[in-house]
Amino acid sequence: MDALAMGNYGAYVWSCFGLTLIVVVLSAWRARARHKHVYREIEVQIKALEEHQ
Amino acid sequence: MWKFFHQLASPPHFYRLAATLIPWLAVPGVLLIAYGAYAGLFLVSADYQQGDAFRIIYVHVPSAYLSMMAYMMMAVGGGIGLIWRMKLAHAVGAAAAPLGAAFTFLALVTGSIWGRPMWGTWWEWGDPRMTSELILLFLYFGYMALRSSIDDTAKADKASAVLALVGVVNVVIVHFSVEWWSSLHQGQTVFKKGTMDADMRIPLFAMLIGFSLIFGAMLVSRLRTEVLFRERRTRWVRELVLSPEGGK
Amino acid sequence: MSAIKAGQPGILAGLLAITRRDLLLAWKRPGDVLNPLFFFAMVCTLFPLAVGPSAEQLTFSGPGVLWVAALLSTLLSLNSLFMSDHEDGSLDQLLVSPQPLPVLALGKTLAHWLISGFPLVLISPLLAITYRMPSDIMGVLMLTLLLGTISLSLLGSIGAALTVGLHRGTALLSLLILPLAMPVLLLGANTVSLAAGNDIYSTGIWALGAYAVGSISLAPYATAAALRISNE
Repeated sequence: MDALAMGNYGAYVWSCFGLTLIVVVLSAWRARARHKHVYREIEVQIKALEEHQ
Repeated sequence: MWKFFHQLASPPHFYRLAATLIPWLAVPGVLLIAYGAYAGLFLVSADYQQGDAFRIIYVHVPSAYLSMMAYMMMAVGGGIGLIWRMKLAHAVGAAAAPLGAAFTFLALVTGSIWGRPMWGTWWEWGDPRMTSELILLFLYFGYMALRSSIDDTAKADKASAVLALVGVVNVVIVHFSVEWWSSLHQGQTVFKKGTMDADMRIPLFAMLIGFSLIFGAMLVSRLRTEVLFRERRTRWVRELVLSPEGGK
Repeated sequence: MSAIKAGQPGILAGLLAITRRDLLLAWKRPGDVLNPLFFFAMVCTLFPLAVGPSAEQLTFSGPGVLWVAALLSTLLSLNSLFMSDHEDGSLDQLLVSPQPLPVLALGKTLAHWLISGFPLVLISPLLAITYRMPSDIMGVLMLTLLLGTISLSLLGSIGAALTVGLHRGTALLSLLILPLAMPVLLLGANTVSLAAGNDIYSTGIWALGAYAVGSISLAPYATAAALRISNE
């Protein structure tokens, strides 16, 4: 409980750490998701071209 | 050794190498952050003046540091791209910008939250670093807006490179001018970094290095995507996609 | 792009020529001069309307308001710096001219400043009076605006060159230039405030002067580079 309270500053400290965690995780996740998305799009286009030939 | 760097600049080589590089950056980074956060939150004793609120420093400083590093990388990448016409260098700028903006945002918000118990306000215009950081965020937005409004990739690369380079000069100037300005208006609000004990510093270094590593990992990941997209019409991408194991 | 050959006009002649050309073009369109002026005056009117006309507030905020108004007015007028040349093809001609492009960029920017920046400096005392600024700081006000608008025009020319011909270029132009303009605004407005408070304000004047000199010598190169990039 001591940890949570952080000497009355609990809300401030934990919101900062929490927000940082969220932003970092989100950034990493978005980077990966974007990569998959771009890869898939390119894959679809290339395979479509292949079929036409 | 030059051969290594030369290969690095070649998109297909970079694409492959980058995939193996990412875990080597991400895993140590996460571990260092885990240690730094734990130590900073629970092990280090509270500050004499600021109490437990000072622990915010362990996320605020790395964010602020990265916000500036990312901008430097954008500017340097742009410069290298303009002078030596390396496509990969330009791609670094495109990849780094959103990350840099995210960390600038983090630095501002954590700084603001830290400021509330310390100064009593959520925002203090008189604090030079806060105001400079806000202007940095505007610079990031301008850069990203310019990139997205030019359709031709090569043109967008060069235009945003010029902007980033002009912006670097501006970052330095803004910092000094805002400091002068805040000294005029009696900012008692300047963060006193002060001296830190060794045991307070170690988790901070851990966080700085850890954050830098995961930033590197995310940057390399985005860079990979950037390269893939820019080279989507080339033969090596075609072969990569069509090959049995794919190239994710 | 070939270099200037012997017998062709020198660089100074080229600079004066392009400045003259732009000034003559603007002469035919008085709106180019009047619009920024009216905009400047109107913005100065907005603040008392919004925050009330109390005397101390006016005197206190005068320098800042005038400076912000000058900044916004310059920003708005920058859009047209390269636009008409871009539209009628003259810009392409400038790009292949034997004159160095930075010189041409400087000339155009100089003309632009004479048209839209300098008049603001001249009219500022009138507006300053409405803000109850003491008459002894009029000189400081005009000097800061003089140096500042020069810097703003030059920095703005970089942004204008980067965004020429782009869809929704004006909004983007403002977004790009404002961060660059903030130090100038800071220095200018605060120098006038210092003068009003009878403090030493010479640092500000030196800084603004340095900024102006720096802009004149460096910005044209960035503008030229940006023009080439935008017109490939």
